Amino acid sequence: MSSEQDHLKDTDTEARFEFKKEQNAAVKSDKGLTEEVIRMISEDKDEPDWMLERRLRALEQYQNMPMPTDWPGMPDLSGLDVEEIVPYIRPDVDKREGVDDWTELPDEIKDTFDKLGIPEAEKNALSGVGAQYESEVVYQNMQEQWEEKGVIFMNMDRAVQEHPELVKEHFMTTCVPPSDNKFAALHGAVWSGGSFVYVPEGVTVEMPVQAYFRMNSEGMGQFEHTLIIAEEGSEVHYIEGCSAPKYGTHNLHSGGVEVFVGEDAHVQYSTVQNWSKNTYNLNTKRAIVESGGTMEWVSGSMGSKATMLYPCSILKGRGATDTHITIAFAGEGQDIDTGAKVYHNAPETSSTIESKSISKDGGRTNYRGLVHIADGAENSSTAVECDALMFDNESTSDTMPYMEIEESKVDVAHEATVGKIGDEDIFYLQSRGLDDDDAKKMIVAGFIEPITEELPIEYAVELNRLIELEMEGSLG
Amino acid sequence: MARLELNNLHAEVADGDEKILEGVDLEVQSGEIHALMGPNGSGKSTTAKVIAGHPAYEITEGEVLLHLEENEFGDEVEIDEDQRTWDLLDLEPNERAALGIFLGFQYPAEIEGVTMTNFLRTALNAKIEEREELFEEEEGDEEEEDEGFETSPMEGDVDEGEVGVAEFQQILQEKMEQLDMDEKFAQRYLNAGFSGGEKKQNEVLQAAILEPSIAVLDEIDSGLDIDRLQDVSEGINALRDEQGTGILQITHYQRILDYVEPDHVHVMLDGQIAKSGGPELAEKLEDKGYDWVREDVYGTA
Repeated sequence: MSSEQDHLKDTDTEARFEFKKEQNAAVKSDKGLTEEVIRMISEDKDEPDWMLERRLRALEQYQNMPMPTDWPGMPDLSGLDVEEIVPYIRPDVDKREGVDDWTELPDEIKDTFDKLGIPEAEKNALSGVGAQYESEVVYQNMQEQWEEKGVIFMNMDRAVQEHPELVKEHFMTTCVPPSDNKFAALHGAVWSGGSFVYVPEGVTVEMPVQAYFRMNSEGMGQFEHTLIIAEEGSEVHYIEGCSAPKYGTHNLHSGGVEVFVGEDAHVQYSTVQNWSKNTYNLNTKRAIVESGGTMEWVSGSMGSKATMLYPCSILKGRGATDTHITIAFAGEGQDIDTGAKVYHNAPETSSTIESKSISKDGGRTNYRGLVHIADGAENSSTAVECDALMFDNESTSDTMPYMEIEESKVDVAHEATVGKIGDEDIFYLQSRGLDDDDAKKMIVAGFIEPITEELPIEYAVELNRLIELEMEGSLG
Repeated sequence: MARLELNNLHAEVADGDEKILEGVDLEVQSGEIHALMGPNGSGKSTTAKVIAGHPAYEITEGEVLLHLEENEFGDEVEIDEDQRTWDLLDLEPNERAALGIFLGFQYPAEIEGVTMTNFLRTALNAKIEEREELFEEEEGDEEEEDEGFETSPMEGDVDEGEVGVAEFQQILQEKMEQLDMDEKFAQRYLNAGFSGGEKKQNEVLQAAILEPSIAVLDEIDSGLDIDRLQDVSEGINALRDEQGTGILQITHYQRILDYVEPDHVHVMLDGQIAKSGGPELAEKLEDKGYDWVREDVYGTA
């Protein structure tokens, strides 16, 4: 072991690859997430000791926490064998060069890429022509554009090296500590890749900051960590990932997102994701919003076998604002359990949650939300609206809004609608010349319009396209 | 000039055995206005829906034929002799629409998130495309591959023969002016939050844009104030006068017939056309109700 580690330190890529191969076998025989594995990851990234310590502490917490089992109506996670994930982590770390070969991707994903018209460059990235390199280039360009203003946008791994003070202060400390939940703890132990965004006081980043190339090929993309720090009075729109399906040899995605919204700052975090249908998508995303700050979550969740995702805003300062716009699509065999959490911990805070879900062919969607208004958060207001659209009688949709209101001087509104795609609506459009498929697509496109209008056009188009593909069943 | 012909049409509710139409005979030609009147539950709306192809009804007997002329859709589409008569019952609702059938709904659907402009242009292009398929299929044209969005993706791509965004805007604006509609309508969501009157106006607008050969208007006059009734009526008259559309006007009241003067009036009772006549028949109905018709036809009140 130690000789191998020595070997690693002054190795070239090829030798490193060899080393991993050996370790891969070793890990497999030694099931479960072990300290050894975590040390290897950290070593491989040449991380400072403090990060290794955090990983190890997270690992300990992970091992001591039970799997969540007592949530009413929660997705069935019994098919997820966390112990089996470990052997899969290593190959991903190996593949700094990317997924081996485009041709090894499942057909449904290749087809999707073709149908989406994903640019060649991206295909190359996914097919392993140096995604890491490509993504560095992207980051580099962005950096040049904004670095004069002091904006930092880089790979999270690199941020650990180059901005240790900022990372040390904010990384899984106050926002998403590993103790938050079992998958946050897992994430804290094995995280890799992701984005680091820092916007100094008073700076507005006019263009959306996009992490477009961050696919599996970046390495352990499925445990990516995103840390956004927006200082007082700054403004930034971050768009995560691309909407293409991410493909991993392993079937767990457990990302972590932490957003710090300073006083009067404004952060929009948008994501459109489409996972392969064997993926368990279990994430923790949270923002802390100081007084006068605004946090906007916009997310489209597609794909996956089961998703549990509840972006959360903690409205910490007076007059902080939160907006959630979320859309979920569940097809056959899918259980998409998403929602939002908002903690109103200060007076005059406000939140709006708009959740849309579509289920089809026996898929299940669930809105699970929590709005907490603390004692003393007077003159706060919240409005929650959940709309579910079902294609057929086999599909299901649930709404589980929890409201914990401890303050009386507040304004609380909740509205939920569940509807089947109406035969009358379809007939109306058909009578105007649209065929059955186009009529359904038009109704769904209209249904998700509040999301698409929040996104830059290329994302909106891709979201629309993805949903159309899902509806055609052409993703398999 | 097109002719819609209902022969001995029998229909019942698809998932029950309630008979609703019991032998309807009716003919409507382009350029004519027919009023179809009758008490509630007599089968008027069902007749309209069956013509358009509503899936809730099962046709147990009879036929719905549409006869077209050689140049029904202008000079660009020449219709072969053996394609001039269609049994609508064999066709999907959108195919019927492509052949020139339009149904104006009594209660139009509200579709959130879909702007009027987007919807109407999509419908217009869908109709053009479907028409091509219906009439050119036999020449063995290969189906075109969907190559994705190439131009303006939010609006869809513009293929050859399609009406583009700019061109469509102009058509829409013109038709809306004719109907005295606020231009803001173009960006509103289809029928969402429209008042009753606005919805009816919108139905007429759609007919004006889609230029059907035969328009069946189901109680387009219900819930309209007098000003709006006049607007809607002008729109209907324009359909006939400018586009030569044949109109089947379903109504309870004489009122609209003061503005849209029918060539023929039919009274429907118990799923059949019980009596037909000229405009004077409608006036008589207004005065005397339907009972005398029943008496006249069945010998009972």
